[in-house]
Amino acid sequence: MSEKQKAGIVAYGVYIPRLRITVEEIARVWEKDGKHVSAGLGLKEKAVGASDEDSATIAVEASRRAIEDFGITAQKIGAIYVGSESHPYAVKPTATIVSDALQAGPEVMAADLEFACKAGTAGVQMCLGLVKSKMIEYGLSIGADTAQGKPGDALEFTAASGGAAIIIGDKENEIIATIDHTCSYTTDTPDFWRRQHAEYPEHGGRFTGEPAYFRHVIGATKLMFKQTNTKAEDYDYVVFHQPNGKFPVQAANMLGIEFKKIEQGLITPYIGNTYSGSSMIGLCSVLDVVKPGQRILVTSYGSGAGSDSFSLTVTENAGKRKADVPVREMVNEKSYIDYALYVKHRGKINRG
Amino acid sequence: MSDGLALNWRRIPERYAMKGNHCTNCKQDYFPSRMICPNCRRKGHLVSKDMPRIGKIVSYTKVMVGPSGFENEGNYYLALIDLGSGAKVLSQIVDSDEQDIHIGASVKKMFRKIGEVEEKGAITYGYKFKVVKPLTEDQVEALKEKNKK
Ligand SMILES: [Zn+2]
Repeated sequence: MSEKQKAGIVAYGVYIPRLRITVEEIARVWEKDGKHVSAGLGLKEKAVGASDEDSATIAVEASRRAIEDFGITAQKIGAIYVGSESHPYAVKPTATIVSDALQAGPEVMAADLEFACKAGTAGVQMCLGLVKSKMIEYGLSIGADTAQGKPGDALEFTAASGGAAIIIGDKENEIIATIDHTCSYTTDTPDFWRRQHAEYPEHGGRFTGEPAYFRHVIGATKLMFKQTNTKAEDYDYVVFHQPNGKFPVQAANMLGIEFKKIEQGLITPYIGNTYSGSSMIGLCSVLDVVKPGQRILVTSYGSGAGSDSFSLTVTENAGKRKADVPVREMVNEKSYIDYALYVKHRGKINRG
Repeated sequence: MSDGLALNWRRIPERYAMKGNHCTNCKQDYFPSRMICPNCRRKGHLVSKDMPRIGKIVSYTKVMVGPSGFENEGNYYLALIDLGSGAKVLSQIVDSDEQDIHIGASVKKMFRKIGEVEEKGAITYGYKFKVVKPLTEDQVEALKEKNKK
């Protein structure tokens, strides 16, 4: 990519629903050892969207925060992409709802993206291309999900609701972190899928680890190191997709990255796996604390499968451009529900 | 069905952005929009205006048995919210602890589903409010500064 034409993140926003259910409460219903499950997954609880929340409402709230906290004029947004595996409609774009709610349209490019947990970062790549080629002033990419696990399935312990919005721009006085390079690693790997009329996704159990998550996250990250001639030591913060609290820690180990570099962006232990929101929320949490000159590495992962890797450098604007409420504070606003209320809120009760 | 669809579609600016109007003569806000200003009649001049996201609870009630379409909600709070400059709106309160819902509490507009009539029908979105900590003077100033831009 051209070195002269700088572009990067000018605004970001996160939305996490208030409701939480603990892993122990889910385990109680399925008669499993909650403490054991919780320790194995590296997470205690997950965020649950209320019955009047879906990926569209989460996308709108995350975007509103990005626009309001960073003073972005919505009408100047030239493209809106919403990445999700739980779009409210099978056919009818979530991006249209977001565009009207933000009053960004009607003169705006818009589309929904789907690539399991990495659809939001795919949108960031598209926005980056459009901004760098001067086709648009700002590009908004959102990763938002109200992920569902089949009742009793292993995924039910981690599948959570939440989202993040990232706005890409090229104004020097607005860029918080330039995106210096991005690359992807993609293969046809059937580790997780959901067919057209199926309510819940299917997954390949243990198959989701080695040939799926690790192969792609490590593959994309090593590709980034090679293409940018950098190494793990060059980065101050690293964010990986976090389907649970353990995988990203193992990936960091494999790449020789110290735990303290991934800690700030490791949010799944507090809210569960927000799918398309996961690595983007992690990045936003890192942006909450970064200092000028620091470097960030982000690698997302989407089943199916692929990883997008990003190399970013924090600018002088970092000190003055921050979200009103940091992610790590946001995760503390919560209210616990039991399994019965959980299935009611997530529409899992079949009333015939 | 199609009548309801068109009606809901026409109300999108009102429901998504709380688009009302403002009389430049008497400085009064209206939500929903009015055709003429009842204060100024022919002297009035109405312009489109988005209502602010932050308001204050004027009065509230706990609904024990909701009307048709709200059967799933159980108990919920309805509040009359003062949006400043004269406009008031009746809205559901979400994501708030019971003890925080009181007269004078600051509330913020949230984007939520307001009805999913049937499984195959169109989803309606709109505003609901949640109780937030009152803004500090610094935050009020910062907000004014942002709005100037
Ligand atoms: Zn008037």
